[in-house]
Amino acid sequence: MTTICDSAAAAVAGIEDGATVLIGGFGLAGMPIRLIDALIDQGATDLTVVSNNAGNGDTGLAALLAKGRVRKMICSFPRQSDSHVFDGLYREGRIELELVPQGNLAERMRAAGAGIGAFFCPTGVGTPLAEGKETREIDGRTYVLEYPIKGDVALIGGHRADRMGNVVYRKTARNFGPVMATAAATTIVQVREVVEVGELDPEAVVTPGIYVDRVVAV
Amino acid sequence: MTLSKDQMAARVARDIAHGAYVNLGIGQPTLVADHLGAESGVVLHTENGMLNMGRAAVGDEVDQDLVNAGKIPVVEPPGAAYFHSADSFAMMRGSHLDVCVLGAFQVSAAGDLANWHTEAPDAIPAVGGAMDLAIGAKSVFVMMTLFAKDGTAKLVPECTYPLTGVGCVSRVYTDLAVFELGGGTDGRDVAVVETFGTSYDELAQRLAVPLRRAHDRG
Repeated sequence: MTTICDSAAAAVAGIEDGATVLIGGFGLAGMPIRLIDALIDQGATDLTVVSNNAGNGDTGLAALLAKGRVRKMICSFPRQSDSHVFDGLYREGRIELELVPQGNLAERMRAAGAGIGAFFCPTGVGTPLAEGKETREIDGRTYVLEYPIKGDVALIGGHRADRMGNVVYRKTARNFGPVMATAAATTIVQVREVVEVGELDPEAVVTPGIYVDRVVAV
Repeated sequence: MTLSKDQMAARVARDIAHGAYVNLGIGQPTLVADHLGAESGVVLHTENGMLNMGRAAVGDEVDQDLVNAGKIPVVEPPGAAYFHSADSFAMMRGSHLDVCVLGAFQVSAAGDLANWHTEAPDAIPAVGGAMDLAIGAKSVFVMMTLFAKDGTAKLVPECTYPLTGVGCVSRVYTDLAVFELGGGTDGRDVAVVETFGTSYDELAQRLAVPLRRAHDRG
């Protein structure tokens, strides 16, 4: 059952120190900035954050990193023109980085949400990112064994939700949202608008409410 | 005359089949889009979750929810489709994408690609979708200058930088020549398809890879 929260603070209540937090967004598109701001105020620390990038500019994920709340980043593309917060922490040895190819990041979370124990993937074969991992040849091609990434919490930026927790996204802000929503024990979605039941076209729902625990309109 | 970046992009575009589904990597490869008009029938894929991606947005068209893989705002032409990140990478690995065009630090004669990490002491590694694209697209084209600024060749017998993918590159488009890889009995012959402002003999002198003329197919 989905709870519609009155505030971002209520939406992020109970996130524990040491939690693994999946944070949606590709750069700032789809990044749940208000939920991240609320998480900063809430105070949870020693977090492992899974997100495609490692913060852009000084808002959202970058602000959470700047507060020293993140022990480890799992992401595909940390280095960008505006990733100065992460860059500084990394060079000072104050944050751990696990680099994952973007498709593996998505598929490992998809596997977590779909009850798949592990999967063989051709990405990264023969590269440093597959070193030490189990491989298998299937029909003449080599694959690497990849394990799921499961979150304690997912923070996602949607567009609209109804009171049953069904979510639609907007344009490329969808990115990791639908996959992360399935992969966390508690999924929290910020949307621009919460609408009444029946107002979303059931054919257009991207994330069904079964995956969504809390929604807040911001 | 050697080719400018724009002329290289036009040369790449000439080899993309009508109606192909194509992903253009961040940086120089995005220039290829300028030479793929509506008459090309080409559908651009961007790994952050869009097909039939449009040109860069200008002025009022800018929408932070609508960006390309380089996080540049783009427009939504008729016929566009959005999807989440796991679907986007399934399209690559599942062999649905015809061509990707990537930049490179080095390409080996056997088609190994190195384009994500220089191992420079201060470098922060970032891979993004490069490894997934390298093994996923049916054809991987590389677009790069043939020689680095310090004069060293980027088409090499073996890559010295960490690999992105093994044996994945089929064609290399440079300012001095177009090469086709994967020929010869051991798959290590490099065929020179076309030269610009240089000659086959000159290239044979400057490169350490085994060259042959493209029309000498054995």
